[in-house]
Amino acid sequence: MLVCSRRAVQGLSAILVSAMAALLPGRPAGAAEMLTVYTAFENEQLAPYKKAFEAAHPDIEIQWVRDSTGIITARLLAEKAKPQADVIWGLAASSLLLLDRDGLLEGYSPAGVENLKPKFRSSKNPPTWVGVDAWMGAVCYNTIEAEKKGLPKPASWEDLLNPVYKGHLVMPNPASSGTGFLTVSGWLQQMGEAQGWAFMDKLNENIAAYTHSGSKPCKQAAAGEYPLGISIEYTGASLKTKGAPLDVILPKPGSGWDMEATAIVKGTDQPAAAKKLADFAASKGANELYNTFYAVVAYQGMTKDIPNYPANAEAMMMPNNDFAWAALNRDRILAEWTKRYDSKSEPKK
Amino acid sequence: MTAPGIGAGATALGTPAVAGTGSGRVAGERLVMAGGLAALAAFLLIFVAFALYALLSKSFQDRTGAFIGLDNFIAYFSNPALFQSIGNSLFISIVSTIITTTIAFLFAYGLSRTCMPAKGLFRAIASIPILAPSLLPAISLVYLFGNQGLIKDWLFGASIYGPIGIVTGMVFFALPHAIMILYTAMSLADSRLYEAAQVLGASRVRTFFTVTLPGIRYGLVSTVLVVFTLVITDFGVPKVIGGRYNVLATDVYKQVVGQQNFEMGAVVGMILLTPALLAFVVDRWAQRRQSASLSARAVPLVPKPNRVTDGIYLAICGLISLFLLGILGVSAYASFVKFWPYDLGLTLANYDFSVVDADGWKSFFNSLRMATLTAIIGSTVVFAGAYLVEKGRGAPWLRSGVHLLAMVPLAVPGLVLGISYIFFFNAPWNPLNFLVGTMAILVLSTIVHFYTVSHLTAVTALKQIDPEFESVSASLKVPFYRTFWRVTVPVCLPTILDIALYLFVNAMTTVSAVVFLFSSDTRPAAVAVLAMDDAGSVAAAAAMAMLIVYTSATVRFLHTLVSQSLTRRTQAWRRR
Repeated sequence: MLVCSRRAVQGLSAILVSAMAALLPGRPAGAAEMLTVYTAFENEQLAPYKKAFEAAHPDIEIQWVRDSTGIITARLLAEKAKPQADVIWGLAASSLLLLDRDGLLEGYSPAGVENLKPKFRSSKNPPTWVGVDAWMGAVCYNTIEAEKKGLPKPASWEDLLNPVYKGHLVMPNPASSGTGFLTVSGWLQQMGEAQGWAFMDKLNENIAAYTHSGSKPCKQAAAGEYPLGISIEYTGASLKTKGAPLDVILPKPGSGWDMEATAIVKGTDQPAAAKKLADFAASKGANELYNTFYAVVAYQGMTKDIPNYPANAEAMMMPNNDFAWAALNRDRILAEWTKRYDSKSEPKK
Repeated sequence: MTAPGIGAGATALGTPAVAGTGSGRVAGERLVMAGGLAALAAFLLIFVAFALYALLSKSFQDRTGAFIGLDNFIAYFSNPALFQSIGNSLFISIVSTIITTTIAFLFAYGLSRTCMPAKGLFRAIASIPILAPSLLPAISLVYLFGNQGLIKDWLFGASIYGPIGIVTGMVFFALPHAIMILYTAMSLADSRLYEAAQVLGASRVRTFFTVTLPGIRYGLVSTVLVVFTLVITDFGVPKVIGGRYNVLATDVYKQVVGQQNFEMGAVVGMILLTPALLAFVVDRWAQRRQSASLSARAVPLVPKPNRVTDGIYLAICGLISLFLLGILGVSAYASFVKFWPYDLGLTLANYDFSVVDADGWKSFFNSLRMATLTAIIGSTVVFAGAYLVEKGRGAPWLRSGVHLLAMVPLAVPGLVLGISYIFFFNAPWNPLNFLVGTMAILVLSTIVHFYTVSHLTAVTALKQIDPEFESVSASLKVPFYRTFWRVTVPVCLPTILDIALYLFVNAMTTVSAVVFLFSSDTRPAAVAVLAMDDAGSVAAAAAMAMLIVYTSATVRFLHTLVSQSLTRRTQAWRRR
């Protein structure tokens, strides 16, 4: 009996050892140089961007690290002592300002940066980040559910205060979502602080839930879970293209917005490859790619219509958006916001 | 053979040698044993004690790392929103604990004290939730009771987003643990007490309060504490279905991920540690008192058939099983639906994760790899460690030290463990910071997270083996590692496999610790579920959650097959 069990043990350990050998990480030794790129680009954008860059530079391979804006920013800050990323390609400018404040970004002026809109780069020289595209707050409006519930189509932010929307409206939590923060920062800048908070006090009465992610309100609107969601115009357009019963509204008088941008991480051990990516990200070809997803991109004079995108997006972008102010006051705004709205439990019916 | 002179010399040098035997080898063996124990102690010290210390010190520092005393705590408690989370967390935990314990009590009672049919089936169903990540019940509840839910009218206009949803999800998630503990407690009853009660003419109610309840009181205490701790530290359920109802666990996520406020995250982590620690201490106390409650002369209680009682419990257990299967079934169904609620046609498209998630199927294979490594390495380390603690000779303080350290992880919520690992391993001075972002840190954190239960399981099994084996081997001059390999391991193989299964399933489903530790290369499937739900791709999230369930279920099925054949082949001696 003991012989038998010993064989069983030996057999089992042989299986385990070979299983472990198969499971241990073994990275194929590729010839290409690996560049670790942190990004908050949408999933569907990653493949075309990577393909285009690697076609232009066959010797470099992009290794994406993708997550939502809040998470990528948190990771970069957490890894401050020992950065893991080489390049950041596609992260909110407001986040990059925070990273820049902590001295995590390497200044670099990419080739052709003069062709980009002046707004789309950091104020430093050489710039520590360079813009890619812009996205803005929008309202996703589910036409089917709205009709069922008799909810009129809003045209302005003020319209959302109508009590008829009570419990039918969701928006992202600015503490966790970049879109949530740019929207709140937009209101405060456009209306002035006192009025902005008064507006949010009233809006809060109508909000059914504050989501963690910026695209979720639009997806919930698309699924009819909540008929209206304050979200991202890009998400609305792409969901509508996929057949969701949505209208994408850019409310008057204009929306808060943010840029996605590129930056080189200070201390990267592949500075040459990182610069090649920064050059590529600012090139005309790359901007044409961005323009297949976003209506507003960094390159001057580049505007191509995108299916189901709300019209004149660039005109609806709030003028004089002050990123430095937003970054400087971020902690204060979020603390105030949390104090006012986060403590409430489910709104009473 | 060693010359007696060397033995005498060793004794003269102060080495406690066994007179007349090969003391050189014994000393060598002791060295191996002490070395193993020291390595294990170092591992637990680093991955439990030091890491927690890093968290503690972080909560007293500001962003720049300067010591600021209690300022973070004061800032936390003076923020009404954050402060309210404590109340919310307590409320949710208490209500969930009461409901879960009640339901589990009825279920366990039906299983152990009645003659209702299909007990095996009920036991199998009751363990299903263990196979699923805690996000799954929350996702299912949205599909059932959300604003476009299948049966949302059942809530009479109340919203599932908030306390109702959180509590329901928690009950699903905590139920199997509660049932397991209560079932074990109820199976150990002395029928002589019931006979005495009957002879003395006590009513059924009186018997219940004077015999049944006191008999399982420690099991009941354990259940309440385990459920309470599970609920207050789980973050999957409130994350998905909490709506505007904030709890401590989601606060940690918001502070660390949303606001990049690691110091405040550390404060919330410390607060979360308190109830868990308290529960842990009380539980230790209760278990110590229980040890001798069942005497050797006890006669096991065998339930007698009673058509009414059996029928009632069949109905109750049936309903509870229906609830468990229903929750699981809804996610299984929703994962195949094209576009909820407008197009209920069926599709496999939601299983093409690459559409909504950069990693696509990679997360799933990451989890598979992580769970397998955790199971293999974990069961090896845990069992070898438990052997050294239980059967080792010498170094008593080292052995009890390791045993004590092995108890700590039970009191540390995964979330807290994850955050403390960020602080500890990311520190530039830490020579181990090469671990950051690797699969190794995920595997290590998961082993540590589930160390205690595995360790206790191993110790229990080892206690059943007569220490004579060690004495006989020693007198036959067989080194301990050979006894270990040729006697202990084969005898305990079923237990080792149980530990491996436990580690595997938990590694597949856990989110809490790993959510702060994964990297692009290693993101596990349960985190992908969270991310996809977060981004509003709920159907894909349900699909990935179901994949986890299918995988865990398959592995458990394989485990049953292997254990059965092993038991037949190696455990024949257990049968009489």
